Amino acid sequence: MAGETSAFQLVLAGDPGLYAIVWLSLVVSLSAVACAALIGVPFGAWLALTRFPGREGIIVVLNALMGLPPVVAGLAIYLLLSRSGPLGSFGLLFTPQAMVIAQTLLVTPIIAALARQTVEDLWAEYRDELAALDVRPFRRVATLVWDARFSLVTALLAGFGRAAAEVGAIIIVGGNIDGFTRTMTTAIALETSKGDLPLAIGLGMVLMAIVIAINALAWGARRAGEHYAG
Amino acid sequence: MLNRRTFFAAAAIGACIASAPTFAQDNSKDKSIVVASTTSTQDSGLFEYLLPLAKAKTGITVKVISQGTGQALDTGRRGDADVVFVHAKSAEEKFLAEGQGVKRFPVMYNDFVLIGPKSDPAGIKGMKDVGKALTIIKDKKADFISRGDKSGTHVAELALWKASGIDIEKDKGPWYKSIGQGMGAALNTAGASNAYVLSDRGTWIHYKNKDQLAILVEGDKRMFNQYGIMLVNPAKHPNVKKDLGQTFIDYLISPEGQKAIANYKINGEQLFYPNANDAGA
Repeated sequence: MAGETSAFQLVLAGDPGLYAIVWLSLVVSLSAVACAALIGVPFGAWLALTRFPGREGIIVVLNALMGLPPVVAGLAIYLLLSRSGPLGSFGLLFTPQAMVIAQTLLVTPIIAALARQTVEDLWAEYRDELAALDVRPFRRVATLVWDARFSLVTALLAGFGRAAAEVGAIIIVGGNIDGFTRTMTTAIALETSKGDLPLAIGLGMVLMAIVIAINALAWGARRAGEHYAG
Repeated sequence: MLNRRTFFAAAAIGACIASAPTFAQDNSKDKSIVVASTTSTQDSGLFEYLLPLAKAKTGITVKVISQGTGQALDTGRRGDADVVFVHAKSAEEKFLAEGQGVKRFPVMYNDFVLIGPKSDPAGIKGMKDVGKALTIIKDKKADFISRGDKSGTHVAELALWKASGIDIEKDKGPWYKSIGQGMGAALNTAGASNAYVLSDRGTWIHYKNKDQLAILVEGDKRMFNQYGIMLVNPAKHPNVKKDLGQTFIDYLISPEGQKAIANYKINGEQLFYPNANDAGA
């Protein structure tokens, strides 16, 4: 991205560098949310419906992990994926995949913790019914998740917000490589360090606009879904 | 039944992570190398200018990880970079002595400059002796921002305090602020808090938020800033792309690469001076 221009000039001019950065940001964060949902929703629902010793401890840890510092998550994944780490042979460090893995680690606790709470609240309403029908545990999880699907959208959005906003993890495992692993947040960090504060704040506003648009889409989809689901 | 579910879940998560880059731009199959370098080469804009020229000549896509010199060398030590391109000769020689690097090539130099507020509360503007200037800053307890991140500039700053006869570990007080961040962040902090700071000239020229900051002391021989480049040792790290890495190094020290470095200018001002031919550099 050239120096003396503002972020809005880049947007208006259809700057290909900027679009590539926006695209990568979306791909990485949305992939991380999808992966985290695959892990977090079933786990949260299972945790809501199962009773075993140590369960409360897991819930406390899970809630605490919502505050996992991105730098710590990034560092842990970095050491795992480094050539001298246990998964080094895959050569994933400094790639978009590494960024998805790091963000998945950050987002999963948020989705799992919120899903557990949502499903547990619903379970309180449905418990007698499901028990009377003698529904098997796996079906119970599936039924409750399906019924809670609109509320779970909020959990996914919370996860997406976390992923789209963070810079600490992806700058460590991605390396902020121009044209390859540079995202909106790492580009903002870079422009700040170059002292180009107007471009940095402009990119920040572009990022906010995108996040708002995605939230609006999700909200619209939820409203439409509720309407048709009656 | 449960095992099959576990298997499908694991497969779904694996596919999820693996599929992400198919949407992203994936250059990993190209001829590409990872170069761990310093914040100054990136923040000065040199790579943005130089790498397309290197690619046109060699066909190699260079992926730059921009870190402080100490961190960049550690990235090389873990085998996560093919080439390291940094500026702290003592640290580079240690890297070689450990067998982590193959051979060090001098590439270019510029110099460090002592930056401070235009109002110059310590009164050091125009001094030719950086040692004297630092002594005054210390005596007057004028605010000073230190990189504090083991970068080449941090190493140079510590050496300058030492050369001035100051034991900064012992003499530092609340006026000496170690921020542990890159060059641009250190300049931002100095500008926002009316403090002095040591910077490489390249980053300073390219830096856009100068505002109340200016060069106050420059030209002392001790503020020399040499950049060197090394291939990470493939004997220690078998994943190192030694042919591509060496091709990139050869380009930078070739007459063509050296000329390209000399031609990088901002507002007519040259940022780096090639000196690959100076074997002692």
